[in-house]
Amino acid sequence: MDINTIIIAAGILGVMGLLFGVGLAFASKKFAVEIDPRVVAVREAVPGANCGACGYPGCDGFAQAVVKGVAPVNGCPVGGADTATAVAQIMGLDAGETVKQVARVKCEGHEENCGNRYDYDGIDSCLAANMLNGGPKKCLYGCMGLGSCVQVCPFDAIHINDKGLAEVDPEKCTACNKCVVICPKNVISLVPYEQLTIVACNNYDKGPMVKKNCNVACIACGICERNCPHDAIHVINNLAEIDYDKCTNCMICVEKCPTKAIQGDLSLRTVE
Amino acid sequence: MENASIFVIMVSAILVNNFGLSRCLDICPFREVSNQVETAFGMGMAVTFVMTMAGTLTYFVHHYILVKLGLEFLQTAAFILVIASLVQFVEIVLQKMSPTLYQALGVFLPLITTNCAVLGLALLNIQYDFGLIQTIVHSFFAAIGFSMAIVLFAGIREKLEISDVPLPFKGFPIALITASLMSIAFLGFTGLV
Repeated sequence: MDINTIIIAAGILGVMGLLFGVGLAFASKKFAVEIDPRVVAVREAVPGANCGACGYPGCDGFAQAVVKGVAPVNGCPVGGADTATAVAQIMGLDAGETVKQVARVKCEGHEENCGNRYDYDGIDSCLAANMLNGGPKKCLYGCMGLGSCVQVCPFDAIHINDKGLAEVDPEKCTACNKCVVICPKNVISLVPYEQLTIVACNNYDKGPMVKKNCNVACIACGICERNCPHDAIHVINNLAEIDYDKCTNCMICVEKCPTKAIQGDLSLRTVE
Repeated sequence: MENASIFVIMVSAILVNNFGLSRCLDICPFREVSNQVETAFGMGMAVTFVMTMAGTLTYFVHHYILVKLGLEFLQTAAFILVIASLVQFVEIVLQKMSPTLYQALGVFLPLITTNCAVLGLALLNIQYDFGLIQTIVHSFFAAIGFSMAIVLFAGIREKLEISDVPLPFKGFPIALITASLMSIAFLGFTGLV
């Protein structure tokens, strides 16, 4: 091959590239469109994980939506209060109140409390196990501990503990909602960070049925409802539910619950 | 194909050698941007626009630069350069001149920068030894054919969304099966030209 061919080829491509480059540079100057500087500022203020927890396609989408006024300034659950304040400052608005939330697994049915109906020997995926007659657990509502939530967590905040149940690290959790969505049992939910008392059961069956399957399940006896001084806990569809706005973490329900289905560290209780 | 009439090129580009379904070019947007008929149509229009322009421009680049210098082997590299710059240029101009159209095409324009259908079209035009008019007609109608395929596909996928699909097939698997069935249906047009 002639060396000249190579030189000409490289030269032609180089010249073409240069011409197009100059043309583009010229065009971008001549046709420059002013971008709202607030979009750039908001984009820099958010964490940039592109997790999509806000409901917009990535952090860029969120920044544009905020500047347009479509998305709320505290719309980024991952960034929390700090980001909300920063974004609000850029937009010249009041951040409002943002309650930091964390995901919590509402199940204490590990092997001692709630046995298996059959031995599951498939792949480590709750979604797969759930297809086999609702999973190996006796309780059809409980955590199977196969770790679909662990795989989906972008922040390394949820793990399977030594009892074989999923457990959230509240310090790392950003309430991005991904585990809540993936869990086939819907056993994970977002709870305010300050909330110390939670109902650690997700079983909607009637009392006697539940009792057969699990030792620490809510049997819908209603003792918590009758003892709560703040009208904050109610049995709805055979499962106790706490109204987090009303709950003061007095933990009377934790004491009274006959099956210990309501969780709370009594040393941290609010004394009234 | 050198002397093929305009009409034959048209029918061949739209039906027989459909870019999406027969040549299996442009599968990436065909798969990704076909959730809704509306976005699929937007993508189709963007592709039509870029393909017609790129087809015409690469014709000139090939015949007046590469052939003159005996550098036909640089086709692929040169065409990629032309297409990428062209799309960038179109995007910049559109943003200024017609924000509405820019908004409508949105994210699809940059997607087309590295689109194999556009490059494939440019190379095919040369391979078939088309004249200028033939090149323009082929480029335009190939893109129309692709747009038609993607819009039809999106229509079917919208229906799939609400139909009872077995869990393992939900989402992309059933979409791919649908695409292959459509492809087989388009196979029926072979022999038309």
